[in-house]
Amino acid sequence: MKYLQLVWSAMFRRKTRTIFTLLSVLAAFLLFGLLDSVRSAFANAAGSVAGVDRLVTVSKISFTLSLPKSLLPRIQALPGVATVTYANWFGGIYQDPKNFFANEAVADNFFDVFPEWQLSAAERTRFHETRTGAVVGASLAKKFNWKLGDKIPLQATIFPQKSGANDWTFDLVGIFRVSNPKQQSQESVLFFNWDYFDEARAFGNGNVGWYLTRVADRNQAQQVAQAIDALSTNSDHETKTQTEQAFNAEFVSQYGDIGLIVGAIMGAVFFTLILLTGNTMAQAVRERIPELAVLKTIGFSNQSVLGLVLAESVLLIVLGGAIGLLLAGVVVDAVRAAVGEAVPMARVGASIWLRGLGLMVLIGLIVGALPARRGMRLRIVDALAGR
Amino acid sequence: MSALVEVRNLSKVYERGKQRIEVLHHVQLDIEPGDFMALMGPSGSGKTTLLNLIGGLDSPTDGSITIGGKRIDSLAEGALARWRSANVGFVFQFYNLLPMLSARKNVELPLLLTRLSAAQRKRNATVALELVGLVDRAAHKPSELSGGQQQRVAIARAIVSDPTLLVCDEPTGDLDRQSAAEVLTLLQQLNRDHGKTIIMVTHDPKAAEFAKHTLHLDKGSLVEDSERAPA
Repeated sequence: MKYLQLVWSAMFRRKTRTIFTLLSVLAAFLLFGLLDSVRSAFANAAGSVAGVDRLVTVSKISFTLSLPKSLLPRIQALPGVATVTYANWFGGIYQDPKNFFANEAVADNFFDVFPEWQLSAAERTRFHETRTGAVVGASLAKKFNWKLGDKIPLQATIFPQKSGANDWTFDLVGIFRVSNPKQQSQESVLFFNWDYFDEARAFGNGNVGWYLTRVADRNQAQQVAQAIDALSTNSDHETKTQTEQAFNAEFVSQYGDIGLIVGAIMGAVFFTLILLTGNTMAQAVRERIPELAVLKTIGFSNQSVLGLVLAESVLLIVLGGAIGLLLAGVVVDAVRAAVGEAVPMARVGASIWLRGLGLMVLIGLIVGALPARRGMRLRIVDALAGR
Repeated sequence: MSALVEVRNLSKVYERGKQRIEVLHHVQLDIEPGDFMALMGPSGSGKTTLLNLIGGLDSPTDGSITIGGKRIDSLAEGALARWRSANVGFVFQFYNLLPMLSARKNVELPLLLTRLSAAQRKRNATVALELVGLVDRAAHKPSELSGGQQQRVAIARAIVSDPTLLVCDEPTGDLDRQSAAEVLTLLQQLNRDHGKTIIMVTHDPKAAEFAKHTLHLDKGSLVEDSERAPA
């Protein structure tokens, strides 16, 4: 700690240059924070441990194709199946397309399959008893300031009503919460009653979007999935059943390899940052050669000078990077508050900070290595003589 | 009395490409504790080289340097750095203060290498600044001080860790006559009142008059030793 002031004052010897360098580091780590937040959101969606005992059954051809509702009793009758439910993507818009959130028609027993989504017994009863009833996650209700009893109009983009109208209006009868804070993004969904949907829609009646099966024993999930798919073999509606976890991973992979994309962008950004700050550090040390020679003269060893220069470059990157990550946290929170799930972004939490700090220290060491070596190896008499 | 500095058969050769330049040639020198010695000679005579070797900033090509009974010519880099920090104070022509630090922080620099607490370092730096008459300028940056004041801060930095030996390379070379006299008087006072042994390289005969005796170097060899009567 006693060297901190020496390192700090050396860093700000040329204030303007240091501030511009800090700004470039800040921008790089702001970008890192935002992109890693997106990458983490996708990784969390794909790698969630929740759902290993749930199976998702969709059409083998495309998950956008429907499946016959007649499969329901046949799946339910299979050994190892605890509960089966079904749902359909609705894709309605609330007031403006930028207000995107998921909305689905779900069967009566939908919440039996998702015990982590907590809905009070009273609200659940109201949901069952209200034909136009809808329940939403707490985050979504908070975002639009919805209260129980509110009417929520959605504009259909896929399913018009039999009358030809695209306006669907739902009565908010329940607000559910997700027990795991890490899965709070799942609170940004609206569910409404299947019966209303199936009776009122203009087409597709009697079909479901997908089945969700809760297995009695998670170790038997694979066998149950194979048994479900065997029900439709050689039919015109062959199915593909996989664990919810595998389904999420496959769904996310449609967007491309997010990790690779983020890695490529950040690689380019950090490469540029290393060149830029490396040049700045080299220039800063070159200007301070006589001062480093003085330090050596009064007794600082080669290793001490090496350490001082490395500490300066690491401090420079950590300072700029930490401010960048703090800003990224603010931006991510603001984006999440403004657009919800339309842009998948994870909070800038401990794991992103740990990765960020590791990168900051690594980049600081890389950037400082050559100037520090130069400082360490300088000959006092040559440096003092200006050679 | 045994000599504080014993230089024996000291040679220093620089090689510039194929050229071999012998800067010092078999120099023999003893400096007694408490001496104040001026080292004079024309440019290129080897004054600064001899000073650097005695201060442990450079290593000789041949010969030995013993200071306070310790051979320093054979010390490794780390050991030599530790020896310098404990035994030698340096004063340069251009002060060589760190511009971003205050006078007090500059004076404290050698103490960072000790185990003193922050409070003790501050106290010792203040004492050193009092000794050079600049305690009221402790918070000022070098750019806010005159040349003479900067050199006095540099002297405070040189003495703060209480070294036995002060080596001064043209300490008044960048100062006006009055500031030079103040700095030389200060060095005299440190020698007389605090027992510091001082070796000072200078071109200026008037500066050399402040020393107890003067050594002359020419073409890498000592040619004359003139002693002055005590003032």
